[in-house]
Amino acid sequence: MDERRSWLADAPRLLLLAALGLLVLAPYVWMVSASLKPLDELFRASLALWPERFFAVENYGKVFARVPVFQYIWNGIVVCAGILAFQLLFAVPAGYALAKLRFPGRDIAFGAVMLGLLVPPHVPALPLYVGFSQLGMLNTYAALILPFTISVFAIFLFRQFFKALPDELIHAARLDGMSEAGIVWRVVLPNAWPAATAFAIFSVVAHWNDLFWPLIVVEGPSRATPALGVLFFRSDEAGDDFAALMAAAVIMTAPLVLAFLFAQRRFVEGIATTGLKG
Amino acid sequence: MSDAVLPLRRAAPIGEALAGLMLTAPAAIAYAVMLLLPTLAAVALAFTDYELGMPGFAWIGLDNFSELLADRGFAVSLRNTVIYVGIVTPLSIALGLGAALLIEAGIRGRALFRAVFFLPVVSLTVAMAAAWQYLLHPTIGPLNAALRRLGIADPPFWLSSSDWVLASLAAIGVWENLGYTMVLFLAGLTAIPRELYAAAQMDGARRAVDRFRLVTWPLLGPTTLFVVTITLIRSVRVFDTVAVLTQGGPNRASEVLLYTMYREGFTYLRLGYSAAITLVFLVIVLGLVWLQTKALDRKIHYG
Repeated sequence: MDERRSWLADAPRLLLLAALGLLVLAPYVWMVSASLKPLDELFRASLALWPERFFAVENYGKVFARVPVFQYIWNGIVVCAGILAFQLLFAVPAGYALAKLRFPGRDIAFGAVMLGLLVPPHVPALPLYVGFSQLGMLNTYAALILPFTISVFAIFLFRQFFKALPDELIHAARLDGMSEAGIVWRVVLPNAWPAATAFAIFSVVAHWNDLFWPLIVVEGPSRATPALGVLFFRSDEAGDDFAALMAAAVIMTAPLVLAFLFAQRRFVEGIATTGLKG
Repeated sequence: MSDAVLPLRRAAPIGEALAGLMLTAPAAIAYAVMLLLPTLAAVALAFTDYELGMPGFAWIGLDNFSELLADRGFAVSLRNTVIYVGIVTPLSIALGLGAALLIEAGIRGRALFRAVFFLPVVSLTVAMAAAWQYLLHPTIGPLNAALRRLGIADPPFWLSSSDWVLASLAAIGVWENLGYTMVLFLAGLTAIPRELYAAAQMDGARRAVDRFRLVTWPLLGPTTLFVVTITLIRSVRVFDTVAVLTQGGPNRASEVLLYTMYREGFTYLRLGYSAAITLVFLVIVLGLVWLQTKALDRKIHYG
């Protein structure tokens, strides 16, 4: 663990990392490169990354002209924000109650949380689909959001985090005459910011990228999320037009990747802490 | 859980109990409606012949499961899932651990490489699947163009060849997961006290390999166990890449558990049969968690 090593001594490590890194980046590089080329250049399968004829305007223009890109991204934002808002609204008070309050049924409730952690979201999907279809609620934001409003994982995470908060803090707030609900939102939550951001990142990444559930409950573009948008574009519009397809892929991948590049540390820590507790 | 007597406990027992119930009520209702009841319904469904759009249904006991046992398609799907998991789990763990160790071993480029390896975790899977489709395209794909240039006249057709499709999907799976395992290993590595390495070196562990064997690997035990379980569970769930790239084809060569479940349920609308597949999936996931707890019980763990 030499802290100050010369470039020469560090070279093997850096070369290995660079080689592995290039492999990981290859799909991105080729995706962007293909999105800048005209189709005939793609079909020649040349290994040149830089286009001979710059075709970005045409390719990206085609995507924006043919599919409601902003509608998809907007749907993605509405769905992710809706899911996260409900998850926090339900899980933060429940996590607080489980961590700091004594009430009848608390142990059963905690047992239910632990049990819920074991069930993958694919299991309740069939009956939920039947339910939404009976209620005529397919193809709505509600159908996309409601199944994920309860996150047992969030309850578990917040409970663990709140347990570590000092009781004096809560006691003092109570002496000030604050209600329990007031304590949750104005005392406990502000102190749980690291857990809340970590969970928010975990949740948004999971639901922005989810394909399974949107594929089940959504038909047509009006409520399609970005994942579905790419899928539709791929099957209906693009066909063999890989240049336009790659442009669509770049556009739909960009929002989350940009967010990640701006707040890298938070993302990595968010996934690591939530992952380790899951 | 019934630890120390909390001072706030005596302050307002009834008020506290009421507050506790009120604060958990929204979560409890959502839990019951969105998780508990549908899960129980899915279990019940597996013992019926319910089909969407049909007027009624009958309880048929274990018929769905005996049909599963006889179903060649299901056997193929299960086998493919096992092969996929068998490739993705060890490779993404080995590469993730390798990347984490290399990153930890020095100062230069830490943030950069961590970001690079993590990028696939935050990228839209469907879009990246499309990128892979282009990369692996038999005729216009850069991979085969490069292989041809290297003198391989007939490179494989990757995603459209029944011999290569699972390996190709698994390669994409490793690419998706290695950043995730790397992050978990990095968290585990930072928890190892620096002094232990110095101590090992004093005791004669001169080479990095020896220090890895004596210090890193044993202390990383609990992390590794957790990473193994979570990677197994993540790769059993493979769905997106199959749905986007192959739809189980060619010739069912990439049919996997969740995709079969999806098709039976949402394309053929045979909900009872699909629910039976879901139960098999659930049992596999629960089995993996159970194995983890078993292994945890036997292992000494630190921290």
